[in-house]
Amino acid sequence: MELNSPSLEVAITTTLDEAIGWARESSLWPMIFGTACCAIEFMSVAASKYDISRFGAEVVRFSPRQADLLIVAGTITYKQAPILKQIYEQMSEPKWVISMGACACSGGFYDNYTTLQGIDEIIPVDLYVGGCPPRPEALIDALLSLQNDLRTNKYNPNRHKDFKGRLDHV
Amino acid sequence: MSEIIIVPHAKIYAYILEKFSDGFNYLLDITAIDYSEYIIKQEEDFALVYILRHENFKEHLVLKTYLPELKIETISDVFKGADWLEREVYDQYGITFVNHPNLRRILNHKEFIGHPLCKSYPITKGQFLYETDDLLDEMNNRLLSKSVVCKLESGSFSECNKDLMFLNLGPSHPASHGTIRTFVALDGETIECAVSEIGYLHRGFEKSCENHTYNQIVPYTDRLNYCSAISNNIAFVKAVEEMLGVAINERIQAIRVMLLELSRIEDHVVCLAAVLVDMGGLTNYWYMYNPREDIYDLLSKLTGARLTNSYMRVGGMANDLYEGFEADLQEVIKKVQYGVAQTLSLIKHNRIFHDRTQNVGVISAENAISYAMTGPNLRATGVAFDMRKDAPYYGYEKYKFDVVVGSVGDVYDRVMVRFGEIDESIKIINQVMQNLPEGEINVKNASIALPKKEAVYTTIEGAMNQFKLTFEGVKVPLGEHYSSIEATNGELGFFIVSDGSGTPYKVKVKAPSFTAMSAYPEIVEGGQLADAILTLGSLNIIAGEMDR
Ligand code: SF4
Repeated sequence: MELNSPSLEVAITTTLDEAIGWARESSLWPMIFGTACCAIEFMSVAASKYDISRFGAEVVRFSPRQADLLIVAGTITYKQAPILKQIYEQMSEPKWVISMGACACSGGFYDNYTTLQGIDEIIPVDLYVGGCPPRPEALIDALLSLQNDLRTNKYNPNRHKDFKGRLDHV
Repeated sequence: MSEIIIVPHAKIYAYILEKFSDGFNYLLDITAIDYSEYIIKQEEDFALVYILRHENFKEHLVLKTYLPELKIETISDVFKGADWLEREVYDQYGITFVNHPNLRRILNHKEFIGHPLCKSYPITKGQFLYETDDLLDEMNNRLLSKSVVCKLESGSFSECNKDLMFLNLGPSHPASHGTIRTFVALDGETIECAVSEIGYLHRGFEKSCENHTYNQIVPYTDRLNYCSAISNNIAFVKAVEEMLGVAINERIQAIRVMLLELSRIEDHVVCLAAVLVDMGGLTNYWYMYNPREDIYDLLSKLTGARLTNSYMRVGGMANDLYEGFEADLQEVIKKVQYGVAQTLSLIKHNRIFHDRTQNVGVISAENAISYAMTGPNLRATGVAFDMRKDAPYYGYEKYKFDVVVGSVGDVYDRVMVRFGEIDESIKIINQVMQNLPEGEINVKNASIALPKKEAVYTTIEGAMNQFKLTFEGVKVPLGEHYSSIEATNGELGFFIVSDGSGTPYKVKVKAPSFTAMSAYPEIVEGGQLADAILTLGSLNIIAGEMDR
């Protein structure tokens, strides 16, 4: 197409970062790490009534290698923890993590010998969503706020560089 | 309280065998009790409890045997289901079962030290797992037992005449529902051997019960089978009420029946939606999931929560039905019927659906009983066992409905039984709503039900009553009791030991998903890999209930 063709009359100038942020915003591919009751609420988020696809994040992947947003929905036990860590590590950068529900955030009301007291003991988390389970609106709100942050380039790719989880070997 | 038969530990095997030949061929549960901190000194510190059901499905037996040493003969050669149940007792209490074929941990991870349900184990003492079990030794044993390979004199394995490939299905796999792992040996697409590992969602429900009051446990029960929370609430409070010996009035019973059936619908639609998605039929998901949203709306209006309702209380329920509930309920039922009709119109005459489900994932009636399967999974094999008919409670005998049974015990039957049960549940709900009795929604007993709010704010007795019930809990008389209901996945039972205080001394859940899952490896062996996924979906394994 020639530069002086009528369809290119308008040119927009922007920075590369902004252009990338704008593109990322609506092309998040979530990987859902659902283990318990919260995963059932995630099913609602994906179903027609709440319909996460309205926000450009409906391409739910179950392969970490194809996803850039990890949604941890449900209780993570000590038995599950190494698997969560492995899944997180298999995702390529840039990646974000939403912790959905009281259990993932802090162990919830399972303060006992089986349950990890928050996934941030294992992997870094970007957004916490409270609730047991959170309503679908709460998860959508988290997604919107993540998108907002992406648009404004809030996330420094090196933000978790110094993170050391309990399962990271010394 | 349940009548408990005490059997000397040396005779337990013979006794169970004798009962087995008398027709008690259905092993509901095995658990142990650690009496070391019990208020009354018992014969020994540890006792084992076996719960058996008769083949007429009407009676059950609770056997108890005291253990002078933590060792007893296995009964896994009598009941197939005993294999996993005994592993659980070993894992949680450290009791060894002599001659058990595969005595290893099942719920806790392999690096775990100690036995968490012993009273001496501190409740919050967590232990990190650094590396997941590779399950290779279990797989090797399985391969050996099925003579796929044999052991050479040198100790190594013989050459296998098949080109086996090993594959992990799960735990993080969309079709394994996040928490179930099956390790398979494949010959081409055919599964030669399978071993399942569970416990990824073991959240310590039973230990948590030991430091909460009875009413505080109700929210925990929500999260057992989180697809139909209210039915767990009901099963639990029913057990406690029976221990208290209180009779609940007809209105409470009727509302509970109605909510039980609504939960059944709620659970079945999500199971069916998921199984059809596993088959590639995504459209059905929208048809089946939408009515579930409508049920959520109704329940949140009634209970305040969509999924985790915590609606029941010991002796009644949190609040009465709201005005206009019935009209809302009728609306919801219409939507359920619409969703079911649309889905059936898509699959009923669909060749792909029939080819993929018929004669796939078959389990025979005999095997299903040996594994102590219950509910729709058992009924799909042609066994018409339904607690609502065989051991009715809450006046189920008054309502007209049919027990839906299959004939083959394949995926098709399990799916169709669930479709049929949705219709039957609607029938029951309609009958309940046609003449809903009047009455209070809590028992009139100050030591069980919380006082009215006006009394709490205006009288000293009311305030004291509220305070005592909240802090000390409902005092349940000393004793041991097993009680169960027909929940959505089958017989859901609670075995409770009370020491007379407001907190249970021990709680054990008889979880239908647990026994169903123990049959899974055997069902899928010899079948195709893709069919294993469908089989898992059609068994409706709910991890929260299975792993507790
Ligand atoms: S936060 Fe609540 S709803 Fe979510 S997984 Fe935990 S217990 Fe279940």
